[in-house]
Amino acid sequence: MSARTRVQPVAGTLAWLASLLMFFPIFWMFLTSFKTEVEAIATPPELVFWPTFENYRDIFQRADYVAFAINSVIVSFGSTVIAILLAVPAAFAMAFYPTERTRGTLLWMLSTKMLPPVGVLVPIYLFARDVDLLDTRTALVIMYTLMNLPIVVWMLFTFFKETPKAIIEASRIDGANVGQTIFLVLLPLVMPGIASTALLNIILSWNEAFWSLNLTAHNAAPLTAFIASFSAPEGLFWAKLSAASTLAIAPILVFGWISQRQLVRGLTFGAVK
Amino acid sequence: MSTAAAATVPAGTRKGRPRAGGQVSTLPLVGPAVVLLLIFSLVPLAATLYFSVIRYNLVNPLIHGFAGLSNYRFLFADPALLYSLFVSVLLVLEVLAITVIFGAILASLFEARFPGRGIARVLMISPFFVMPTVSALIWKNLLMHPVNGFIAWITRGLGLGVIDFFTDLPLTSVVIIVAWQWLPFAFLILLTALQSLDEETREAASIDGAGPVRTFLFIEVPHMGRAISVVVMMETIFLLGIFAEIYVTTSGGPGIATTNLTFLIYQRALLAFNVGGASAAGVIAIILANILAAFLVRAIGKRLEI
Repeated sequence: MSARTRVQPVAGTLAWLASLLMFFPIFWMFLTSFKTEVEAIATPPELVFWPTFENYRDIFQRADYVAFAINSVIVSFGSTVIAILLAVPAAFAMAFYPTERTRGTLLWMLSTKMLPPVGVLVPIYLFARDVDLLDTRTALVIMYTLMNLPIVVWMLFTFFKETPKAIIEASRIDGANVGQTIFLVLLPLVMPGIASTALLNIILSWNEAFWSLNLTAHNAAPLTAFIASFSAPEGLFWAKLSAASTLAIAPILVFGWISQRQLVRGLTFGAVK
Repeated sequence: MSTAAAATVPAGTRKGRPRAGGQVSTLPLVGPAVVLLLIFSLVPLAATLYFSVIRYNLVNPLIHGFAGLSNYRFLFADPALLYSLFVSVLLVLEVLAITVIFGAILASLFEARFPGRGIARVLMISPFFVMPTVSALIWKNLLMHPVNGFIAWITRGLGLGVIDFFTDLPLTSVVIIVAWQWLPFAFLILLTALQSLDEETREAASIDGAGPVRTFLFIEVPHMGRAISVVVMMETIFLLGIFAEIYVTTSGGPGIATTNLTFLIYQRALLAFNVGGASAAGVIAIILANILAAFLVRAIGKRLEI
C-alpha cells in the first residue's frame, strides 16, 4: 500500500488543527457579529449567548452598505473584464507566435508590477484631481485594470501555452481570421484558464485597499473603505464592527470557496507542470 | 556532410516560406496592452521625478519653484527614511520566511490522506479572501486587544500575563496579521506543486527508510523549488506595498516603529501636503523596488519556461 492511499492520522490531525487555527479569526468575527456590544467585549468571552440581529439592522440603517457593495462589484468586475479583453490578444500573440522579444516583454510586464504604487501615488492623485476623476468608479476601474494587467497576461499566456499550436494553425488554414481563431477556437478550449484568471483578478481588486483608500472619499468608495471607516476610535463597537466585516467579506469569501479549485490552477503561473 | 546539408535545407525553406496557417502580425495584438502599461509606468514615473525636484505644497501656493536636490537632501537628513526602508525590508523578509516555511510544511501535511481534507483545505485558504482592512481590524480588536481580546484571555488563563501587542511588539503584530493573510497563498501554490510529485519517488524514499521528516526535507522541498520561487516573487511584489494593515492598526506608530516606505510617502503627501518631499521618497521607493525586481526577475526568468 502506498503512502498516498493510506490514511495518515498524525498528519491529518496536525492539518486539521492548523486549519481550525487559521480559520478561527473569521469564525470568531462571525460569532461576535451576533452578540450584543456588552457580550462582545466580555472577558472571559461569552461562548453561549442568544444571537441578535440588531448589529446587522443598525448597519443597514446607519451606513449605505448596498452602495459600497455595488461599488465593489462594479469596480472589481469591470476592471477584470477590461483587463482580460486587453490581455487575451497579447497573450495569444505571445503564446502562439513568439518572437525574440516575447520573453523580454513578459518579464518587463511583470517588472512594472513591482513599481510600488506609492511611488506614483502623487502624480496619479493630482492627475485624477485635475481631470475630475477623484472619487469616481472610473478612476478605480482604470487603476485596477492596469494594476492587474501584467498578472492577467502572464496567467493567460501560461494557459494558452498548454493548448496545442496545431489547433490554432489548422483553424488559420481553414481560413479563419485572427479574431475568429481567438473567439471560436481558442477561447472555448481555455475557458477554465480564463475563469481562474478572472477569479484571481476579482479577488485582488475586491480586496485592494491602497488606491481605494487614497482615491475615493464617498461616492465611489468600495467595501474596503467602508470597513476602514470603522477604524476610527469611537469606542468599542466590536459587535457592529464584526457585523460590518462579515458583510464586507461574505460575498468574496463564498465566491472564493465555490471557485477554489479553479483558482488553484491559475495561481501557479506555469511553475508547476 | 550531406546529412547536415539535408537537415538545414528544410529548416531554411520553412523560414523563407510563409508558414502553413499564415503568420500573424503580432504588433496590433500585443500593442494595446504594452502601450497602456508603458504609459502607466513611465508617465507617472516621469512626473514623480519632476515633482521631486520642485517645491510643491498642495495647500500653500507660496511654496513653489525649482528645488534642485533639496527635497532629497531634506529626505536623507530625516532618520525616518532609513528606518522606513528597514521596516519595509524586514516586513517582507519576515512574512516571506513565515509563509514559505509553514506553507511548505502544511502542503506536505495536506498531501496525506485524512477524513475531511477538502473542508480543512477550504478553511485553511479562507484568510486569502479576507480584505486587508477587515483582517487588520479583527486582529487588532477582537484578538489582540490587551484587555478584551481573545489572545489576552488565553494568555491570562495560562498565567502568562497580557501582551500589549501594538505597544510592545508593533512590527511583530503587523507581521502576524500579514502572514496570516498570505500563508494560504503560499500553501495553495506549494500544495499544487507537491501534487505533481510522482508516487515512485515517494515509494523509493520510503523503501530506503526515509521517515516523514527526511522525505519532506530531501524529496518534497527540492521538488517545490520552482513553486517557492513563484511564491517569493509574487509575495514580494505585494508585500513591498503593504499599506492598509498599517493604516488601520498602528498608523505607522508608535512613533515610527511600523512606518514602512509606503506609509511614509502617504504621510508626506496626503497628510503633510508636501508633494516635493513625498515624490522624492517615491523615487527612493521605485529605486528600491527596481533593485529587488532586477534580482527577482532574473532568478524567476531562469526558472520559468517561457
